[in-house]
Amino acid sequence: MTTRTTHAIQCICCPTSCLGEADVEDGRVVETRGLTCEVGEAYAADEVVAPKRTVTTTVRVTGGKLHLLPVVSERPVPKEAVRDCVRLLRGVEVAAPIETGRVIVADALGLGVAFRASRDISAAPPQSAQV
Amino acid sequence: MREATYDVVAIGGGPAGMAAALAAKEAGAERVLIIERDRELGGILQQCIHNGFGLTRFNEELTGPAYADRYIKMVGAAGVDAWLDCTVLAAEPGGAITCVGPSTGLTTVKAKAVVHSMGCRERTRGAIRIPGTRPAGVFTAGAAQRMVNMEGYLPGRDVVIVGSGDIGLIMARRLTLEGARVRAVFEIMPYSNGLTRNIVQCLQDFDIPLYLSHSVVAVHGHDRVTGVTVAEVDADLRVRPGTEFDMACDCVLLSIGLIPENELGKAIGIQSDRVTGGAVVDQYRQTSVPGFFAAGNVLHVHDLVDLVSEESAAAGQSAAQFARGLLPDSARQRPVSAGPGLRSVVPQRLSPAAPGRFSASFYFRASRPMGPSILTLRGDDGAVIWNRKLSKGVKPSEMIVAQIPYARFARAEALEFALAPDEAAEAELKSKREAKL
Amino acid sequence: MEDLRSPGGVPPRADVVVIGGGVVGSAIARELSRYRLSVALIEREPDVATGTSKANSGILHAGFDAEPGTWKARLNVRGARLYSEIAEGLGIPRREIGSLVVACTLTEREELEKLIVRGRQNGVVGLELWDRERVLEHEPHVSRDIEGALWAPNAAVACPFLATVAFAENAARNGVRLVTECAVTGFDIDGGRLTAVRTSRGRIETRFAVNAAGLYSAAVARLAGDDSFKISPRVGEYVVFDRSITELARSVLFPTPTKVSKGILVSPTVHGNIFIGPNAVDVDQLDHTETTSSGLEEIISGARRMVPDLPLQSAITEFAGLRASAGHDFIIGESPAMKGLVHAAGIQSPGLTSAPAIAETIAECLREAGLELKPNPSFVPVNPRRPKFAEATRSEQAALVEADPLYGRVICRCETITEAEIVAAIRAPCGARTIDGVKRRVRPGCGRCQGGFCGPRVTDILARELNIPVTAVRKEGAESYLFFARERFGDVAGERLEDGERVHA
Repeated sequence: MTTRTTHAIQCICCPTSCLGEADVEDGRVVETRGLTCEVGEAYAADEVVAPKRTVTTTVRVTGGKLHLLPVVSERPVPKEAVRDCVRLLRGVEVAAPIETGRVIVADALGLGVAFRASRDISAAPPQSAQV
Repeated sequence: MREATYDVVAIGGGPAGMAAALAAKEAGAERVLIIERDRELGGILQQCIHNGFGLTRFNEELTGPAYADRYIKMVGAAGVDAWLDCTVLAAEPGGAITCVGPSTGLTTVKAKAVVHSMGCRERTRGAIRIPGTRPAGVFTAGAAQRMVNMEGYLPGRDVVIVGSGDIGLIMARRLTLEGARVRAVFEIMPYSNGLTRNIVQCLQDFDIPLYLSHSVVAVHGHDRVTGVTVAEVDADLRVRPGTEFDMACDCVLLSIGLIPENELGKAIGIQSDRVTGGAVVDQYRQTSVPGFFAAGNVLHVHDLVDLVSEESAAAGQSAAQFARGLLPDSARQRPVSAGPGLRSVVPQRLSPAAPGRFSASFYFRASRPMGPSILTLRGDDGAVIWNRKLSKGVKPSEMIVAQIPYARFARAEALEFALAPDEAAEAELKSKREAKL
Repeated sequence: MEDLRSPGGVPPRADVVVIGGGVVGSAIARELSRYRLSVALIEREPDVATGTSKANSGILHAGFDAEPGTWKARLNVRGARLYSEIAEGLGIPRREIGSLVVACTLTEREELEKLIVRGRQNGVVGLELWDRERVLEHEPHVSRDIEGALWAPNAAVACPFLATVAFAENAARNGVRLVTECAVTGFDIDGGRLTAVRTSRGRIETRFAVNAAGLYSAAVARLAGDDSFKISPRVGEYVVFDRSITELARSVLFPTPTKVSKGILVSPTVHGNIFIGPNAVDVDQLDHTETTSSGLEEIISGARRMVPDLPLQSAITEFAGLRASAGHDFIIGESPAMKGLVHAAGIQSPGLTSAPAIAETIAECLREAGLELKPNPSFVPVNPRRPKFAEATRSEQAALVEADPLYGRVICRCETITEAEIVAAIRAPCGARTIDGVKRRVRPGCGRCQGGFCGPRVTDILARELNIPVTAVRKEGAESYLFFARERFGDVAGERLEDGERVHA
């Protein structure tokens, strides 16, 4: 006999923001209530059993015009891995110059997800050291 | 004192200024300049390292800096000049701009058309008069965001956030990920101002409680914040006596609103809208002073940068046309107003349609959250001349845009928009929800 | 953790130790620097003007309010005249805009007539009684429900913190040694006579000390075994408005005074803002500078009595200040418990106005107590002029930037303050060492954005100029650090790291 658990789900796909419920059996969403479109259903299917989040944070830069480089995960990572990804990146230092899109960490925590630079940073001493 | 001449000058090089400058170039303005007070272009986007930008503009979900990067490269490729680390001191009618920078010196720029794209500033503690002491540790959320994301410092280690607008929510997540403890978000209204997505991904994901209908009534601490006193408020936003409680913290972040940074416009008497805080403009984004255009947050506070780019492109294109003498005379203007259910509408005036333009875009804010609604346009006799169903409901924090053909309101002398709940659709949605229960 | 206190420490001996870096102590130190004396000015906080001197109405009173024959009366009038002579040379912003004491009832009008008599006795000139029409002509925003007002043309508004900084800077330029973060811990006494002042930063051998410790002056007196007076702190709250509403008042608007206080004013500041306040509430603690919702309501309704159309939505900040009230009059004179210790205590309104006159009087007291006052031939009574970019003409601005590119970087957009001015304020003698110190001297943070834009930039400039990490920059008080380092290292073991220690990079 398989167990069925019920989870609340707050849909975030559009401004209607339906609040509903999803039943999970065998690690799959088998029924939803309170959601009113297929976009919400698709969101619920993932969010309830295997929620993922895009991670954005900063890494330190050496020899660049700015001190910090914003980075973003190429794809969403499992929600439970977010904090560890951020901690990992906090220990990373990158040397300028850097171009948008450059891979900063190729495979974070073995999840198969790369982190890329969100912007260019040119090589130069930081502005505040001189006029 | 140096001098320079340009066809179109954008004051402010954030997303608004860049989109305007680019569009001006594309519309035939030869010499286009952006004057930006920060050390680089990009404006507020550079500190918004989270994603959610560009879904409609680029069909991709980008981070703030990545969105800025796209425009910075387009602007560079188009041959737009940019003066950085340079502040505009004054911009006079007739187009004489005085600006100063360490490398440019004091310079006067003669411009045929000027676009105001200065963005906005944050509402401060002083503006809402939170009583108590004035210790270190009280910051506006945007200023804190800059320190965290661009300089690498935390504003505190035990944080309380006032206001549930998106900046506050985003900072709740950011600070948590950077090692601080975020104790709570307090929102004075009975509903949150931020995107539901942010409530889920910034608060719920981290078990940060959101207290609706709560207000911070005192800040404590001598040298540094030691805590706040919070209380419940009633429907009139007055404190309910006896509901006060203390919460220890070492940092208070204020996310209580944005105000268009409109001082350059006020200095030359540009007519401003008391509700939006920005200029009164027509559909070309021209203000009451000919040759001066406004777009982006300085005109009215936006929530999606994609709309900023859209609006600013229109302003830039119009500025270029003005510079070339091609914009129709705005002498005969019709007023546009925000009626029941709406807080504001931009543009607030309609000038005659330019040749080749068949529709005008209107940007609205609802006055309160509503379920499925109907947006209506009435002419002078009160008859409805256009309407649109907004079946997904409306929130004050989400700007509504409607593009309406000129033909629909050709004969109205004054246009009044209104927003009302769509009872039929509401009933249908309710039964849909209940059917599945 | 490095020592962030002002370098140098206390001198081992001095001819005079002035205790307290408020406007009174600073004025006294400057007065003493006219003579060939070694003077130490010690201040417990990281900067001068952090107590009452930074949180008051900034009015240079005409002098009709004080009771004839008191120190307050004599020194108010003398002080007002001194400011008119020395303010410009010292760089103290001052505007003689006149004041109106408004009477809302006939009884209050009678009070005005008493004030005129008192004023004349005190030596105040130019006082006139105006009828309603004349008042409204001068001040169109005043309520129509008034019976008249007392006009005093010589009343002025000044900047109380710039006055303090100007006196302290001039004192330093003339040889006074300023030591901050230095609190008095005790006195050495021999045969009833002062022999040394003990402080948190060392012992200073001296035979003369001046107690100008403001709110703490009774505590300092007690350290000398003198409990001849008590300080009762009384808080006053203020609201400051955006500079765009200057037309609300041209002169200082007072209500008719009561026995307790001059009342809730509506007044321009010397910088062009309008402010309202203060109320007057007795409190227990000497550092109770809190605004309260009841206090703010009180000053708003009080101000509205005089100016009904007060635009509350244009309020930009609120603050509270404490008056060091010792009762009826200032306490000026040698301590009955210790020879050589002279008090300049209980200085509440008209303290700012009286400060330079108090300084003259204290110098006299010291002479009478045995201190030899030989003129200092190299005394320079003025401070060097420092350019203000915002007030310069366009060609002056162009020249400033040509000479120093840092005049070209606008750090404070609201008040148009440039990096060069901020750097100058930090590098000057008695320079700024904190965010609020910069704010007091050159104004970034005083405008409508209240430091939102300029704050991170001023922090960066302070860190650079003082050669300290950003995490060591303070707002005002000794422990008022603004920023913390993030957790430094990544650790993927999934362990929760310790909260970031404050790491100085």
